Amino acid sequence: MILDSKIPAGSLAEKWTKHKFNMKLVNPANKRKYDVIVVGTGLAGASAAASLAELGYNVKAFCFQDSPRRAHSIAAQGGINAAKNYQNDGDSVYRLFYDTIKGGDYRSREANVHRLAEVSVNIIDQCVAQGVPFAREYGGLLANRSFGGAQVSRTFYARGQTGQQLLLGAYSALSRQVANGKVKLYPRTEMMDVVTIDGKARGIVTRNLITGAIESHSAHAVLLCTGGYGNVFFLSTNAMGSNVTAAWRAHKKGAYFANPCYTQIHPTCIPVSGDHQSKLTLMSESLRNDGRVWVPKTKELAEKLRKREIMPKDIKDEDRDYYLERRYPSFGNLVPRDVASRNAKYVCDEGRGVNETGEAVFLDFRDAIIRDGEDTISAKYGNLFDMYQQITGENPYKTPMKIYPAVHYTMGGLWVDYHLMTTVPGLYALGEANFSDHGANRLGASALMQGLADGYFVIPYTIGDYLAGMPYEKVGTDHEAFKQSEKEIKDKIKKLLSINGKKTIDDFHKRLGKIMWEYCGMARTAEGLQKAIGMIQDLKKEFWADVKVLGTEDELNLSLEKAHRVADFIELGELMVRDALHRNESCGGHFREEYQTEEGEALRDDENFAYVGAWKHMGDDVEEELNKEPLVFENVKLTQRSYK
Amino acid sequence: MNLTLKVWRQKNSSDKGGFVNYNIADISEDMSFLEMLDVLNEELSEKGEDPVHFDHDCREGICGMCSLHINGKPHGPQQTTTCQLHMRSFKDGDTITIEPWRAAAFPVVKDLVVDRGAFDRIIQAGGYVSVNTGGVPDANEIPIPKKIADEAFDAATCIGCGACVAACKNASAMLFTSAKISQLAMLPQGKVERKERAEKMIAQMDEEGFGACTNTGACSIECPKGISLTNIARMNREYFSAIVSSENV
Repeated sequence: MILDSKIPAGSLAEKWTKHKFNMKLVNPANKRKYDVIVVGTGLAGASAAASLAELGYNVKAFCFQDSPRRAHSIAAQGGINAAKNYQNDGDSVYRLFYDTIKGGDYRSREANVHRLAEVSVNIIDQCVAQGVPFAREYGGLLANRSFGGAQVSRTFYARGQTGQQLLLGAYSALSRQVANGKVKLYPRTEMMDVVTIDGKARGIVTRNLITGAIESHSAHAVLLCTGGYGNVFFLSTNAMGSNVTAAWRAHKKGAYFANPCYTQIHPTCIPVSGDHQSKLTLMSESLRNDGRVWVPKTKELAEKLRKREIMPKDIKDEDRDYYLERRYPSFGNLVPRDVASRNAKYVCDEGRGVNETGEAVFLDFRDAIIRDGEDTISAKYGNLFDMYQQITGENPYKTPMKIYPAVHYTMGGLWVDYHLMTTVPGLYALGEANFSDHGANRLGASALMQGLADGYFVIPYTIGDYLAGMPYEKVGTDHEAFKQSEKEIKDKIKKLLSINGKKTIDDFHKRLGKIMWEYCGMARTAEGLQKAIGMIQDLKKEFWADVKVLGTEDELNLSLEKAHRVADFIELGELMVRDALHRNESCGGHFREEYQTEEGEALRDDENFAYVGAWKHMGDDVEEELNKEPLVFENVKLTQRSYK
Repeated sequence: MNLTLKVWRQKNSSDKGGFVNYNIADISEDMSFLEMLDVLNEELSEKGEDPVHFDHDCREGICGMCSLHINGKPHGPQQTTTCQLHMRSFKDGDTITIEPWRAAAFPVVKDLVVDRGAFDRIIQAGGYVSVNTGGVPDANEIPIPKKIADEAFDAATCIGCGACVAACKNASAMLFTSAKISQLAMLPQGKVERKERAEKMIAQMDEEGFGACTNTGACSIECPKGISLTNIARMNREYFSAIVSSENV
């Protein structure tokens, strides 16, 4: 199959504007004849569901949490980028576009990224109109900060809780449409399958998590806004419930999965403290604006720190290695996430890690507190410092924070065209669930931007172009395709419940996570990846022979919910490893040790790998087929990223 | 440390339910409270017993999904969410009582899981500014004094966990409802609909069966986000000014 990205012709800056005019429209009176299903209620899902309902479509919105407001977008801390140039510091739509393309290590589509930068300014307007309380200056205008590798201040924020405030804004818009009767909400409901009829997505099958009922819902289009798959690593900054099941089931129904190996490892997370650890907590990247990252210059000093024979403050400045400032004098502590993470790994691999496990570096606010005073630092980061102290029992005003990289975001996802449609007609993917805008590495404060761009300002236009060509007739849920899908799901549940093996679901999830972290984490090798494929295949066999799923199918059953998710993660894990193995280059979050510059930076191979790798499911336990969408760069010159 | 857990088990909403005791050993003080429950559930699963069901998701103290009445207090002894409570707050040999939120408007679904749909319905009654996507003014055309923006933000940090209801002897939802009414009443964007909003949200709150407020302040003390009682005062003011000047009646 030739992957048609449907990127419109014309100059980069005019593509979206012209295309909006060229797309077909659905007459306002006819919109009520179309039903749209939205799965997931995070920034992408809630904003899409609200916006489509406002236009007049009938929307059904689904989430597995008890309320749409719980979606994990809520946990985003740092901020949201927009090319407003309110600071008069040289920002522009083109600069945001350029930074995003470069930050993504030239593995994203120019047209998508430019559109993202264009609509970024509308997002801020929209959120403010909703009553989102962004940070403000004394003059009453909006405040900005510089964030994660940007040299302009374009990040809007609401203390360290930007995701929360944006999601509550989208949730309020969604709630208004629920009250208007245009959105029907299905909380505590998990999507189990996409139903296709005549090759088009015509609905979904769900499981009611309280009663266990398997139910069918039909529609004219289905939107998957189901987030990323970072929990394949077991430990990540994702919420406990974040999962790949919706996207994976769609993949099995014909949606190609693009660039699954592109994983973002976030440099500033609280290190693992023991085997009991259930998730990792992010410390906002904004901390790198004032915190300095260091480890001791020698292994001996690090050893003493680990044994608690000395304290961090006992180490003199000349014995500290501020390694990011040393290696990257112009960006210093603000290098992009992938670069910061990899460097933390290097110094810890050298034996200079600073906590008991040897996997932590310092993020030190001593100099910032001396320069600006404790009050100023507290006003900027107070809630983050409190959170750190709550979790670790250490006071970061007195002693440096300890941080280590953790899985945070997945740039890969369902392949979508310029309209955000997957390879299944009528099936769309928005937000982190798609692959489209961040290339091989996402810049800080860009996830919120993309989720809301897709939901508020892209899908309301592009879905009309598809629906305008669709007949109004609804498909009944008594259609054979729904019945067939329901039966398959019920059979799968029966099978899971009947294995009655010896090992718990978490046991499998943890083992999968260890394989993924070791072989498909921050640094990957062909040899390791080859090994991982075999290990994951064995794990899959063992899962289906020896997993223990408790309880029954017709009740709230956490064990059964998790079993579905882990089964899908295992299959996805293998695909991620295969994708990482085939991509014989390093780019952004995908670092293959065989491909690096003499200075240890990612070495791309633009001649052979400047494409999107989109995988087609060929059947259970059959190797997936790779399809390539070449990336064409007409405006940006590909260069070696340098943050020196 | 070794602990005894006295956990509320209830098969479903129609089951009567009761406490079951569990002994749990080798708990590290670095564990979060929910990780301690993970250990219990892993042990129960290995024995083939149904794990204890509880709500949780982000485990960062922001999604508001975790609940739990721990030793008689919502979210336990510290002013934080249960997921951010760590075992260093307890000591070896302790008996810990774990119950679901107790409020008629939050019916128990199973074990420690309750249905907080009433909160969503209160927001649906008016917890928004009625603007559609697109066609809004430039963000900086609405200047807002920093002090007001900060105060609105303080109210907006409510995570909708329901601890305020669980802490209140009347199971009142005044703190939750007032936080949203307050946030939007203070901001210029929300002023247009402030009267109608206050009337509708309060009517919905009453309809859901939440109790009245007797100003004990327990809600604010137990609130993991420190939402201030001032919001309730502001809501009352909004409500009174709405009903005396309402055009809806």
